[in-house]
Amino acid sequence: MNQRWEIWVGLLGTVMLVWAHYTGLFVSPPEAMMGDVGRILYAHVPTAWVGLLTYLVAFIAAIGALATGRAAWDAMVEATVEVGLLLNVLLLIQGSLWAKPTWGVYWTWDPRLTTCAIMVVAFGVVLALRRQIDAPMRRLTISSVATIIAFVNVPIVYLSVKWWKTLHQPYSSPETVDSAMVTPLRVAAFGMLFLATAFVVRRWRIGLVALQRDFEAPDLPEASAPLKVED
Amino acid sequence: MKTIRDVLWKDLLIEWRARSRTVALLSFAYTILLLFAFAIGPDAAALRQHAGAYLWLGLLLCSSLLLDRTMRTEFEAGAIQSLMLVPVSSSGLFFGKALANTLQLWLVGAVSVPLVFVVCDASLTESVGLMALTLVMGAAGLAAPGTLYAAMIARLSGRQLLLPLMLFPLVVPVVVAAVKSTSLVMLGDPMDQIGSWLVLLGCFNLVYWSLCGILFGRVVEA
Repeated sequence: MNQRWEIWVGLLGTVMLVWAHYTGLFVSPPEAMMGDVGRILYAHVPTAWVGLLTYLVAFIAAIGALATGRAAWDAMVEATVEVGLLLNVLLLIQGSLWAKPTWGVYWTWDPRLTTCAIMVVAFGVVLALRRQIDAPMRRLTISSVATIIAFVNVPIVYLSVKWWKTLHQPYSSPETVDSAMVTPLRVAAFGMLFLATAFVVRRWRIGLVALQRDFEAPDLPEASAPLKVED
Repeated sequence: MKTIRDVLWKDLLIEWRARSRTVALLSFAYTILLLFAFAIGPDAAALRQHAGAYLWLGLLLCSSLLLDRTMRTEFEAGAIQSLMLVPVSSSGLFFGKALANTLQLWLVGAVSVPLVFVVCDASLTESVGLMALTLVMGAAGLAAPGTLYAAMIARLSGRQLLLPLMLFPLVVPVVVAAVKSTSLVMLGDPMDQIGSWLVLLGCFNLVYWSLCGILFGRVVEA
């Protein structure tokens, strides 16, 4: 297969998203309670599904990095956390835009919204930590541990609509929406999945080049005194 | 078990020998409680209603100072390297250190409760045992991830900013459950809800203590 297969996967994902959003906006029926506002479902729900899935891959990659100590797993942690964070922020923006006409406010301290916002900070810290640590093995260990701990929040986000009294609707799935909405929702979900996969793989390739260089660099002794210029 | 006991004893002894730091921490908790009361103003009903939240926010702020300080002591002059050379399990080291932090946080909480009663005009409606149990479980929920995170960032330059940034979002479920349970103990629990909040606290403690115990060795070795 082509070494840059992710470009084709990304293009396929983009085409699927365009088709799904066209169908969602102009062909499928309006939502029974919310009317046309409900059409944001085709963007919001796939973003949530794929965002949580990306964090799951980050969690698995973090375990792989801790177990093997290899740069490939470390680059995957970096790539998936970055893409997951991007989807997480998009999710909050889409949710706020949806909340204004339906709940009357852009933001409310609802358990689902709050746990999603916490997830942004928890995974954002992983990237902040990576920028703070220069030693490659130490960076691998610390950021992998931080990713595993941050992942504890993901099941809480998923189950928050079940555990607490919440304004947010329960889990969305093809079984919970009308059959006329299922096809564009499914296509949008797979389109988002393909696009996110393309982003992750491309970011992984870029990150891997830099990380392999770091891993292969010889360890330099720490400077015992400030360097001085001889006169 | 012996490792846990020895590390716990060592940490408590260090704190006992530097008692002025503990007094400073208690003074900090007291100041925070007063500041909350000043910020709300003379609305006795609002103060009483939110007394549990003030107590746990105060403890949360204290926890970041306490955890940073106890771990910094360990990393100063390479003490942690000497500790790692001792042929004991890293999980034992973690549980000993996290238990010492739990006990210290619990002490701050136990001293703060009477202050909350005075400052917020609150009182106990349920039993003292339930209050003590909530304090122990809440303190344990803050101490376990806090000990791991403090070890992770002990050598970083911006650790005083990073620790609360990493810890506070993670422990939101613990704080929510502890605040709810404390409020029910103080204001009354006609619907018998305390049990479910304590179970939630227990579940988080189980997840954090086991996960952090497994990962602590890797963090310290790094």
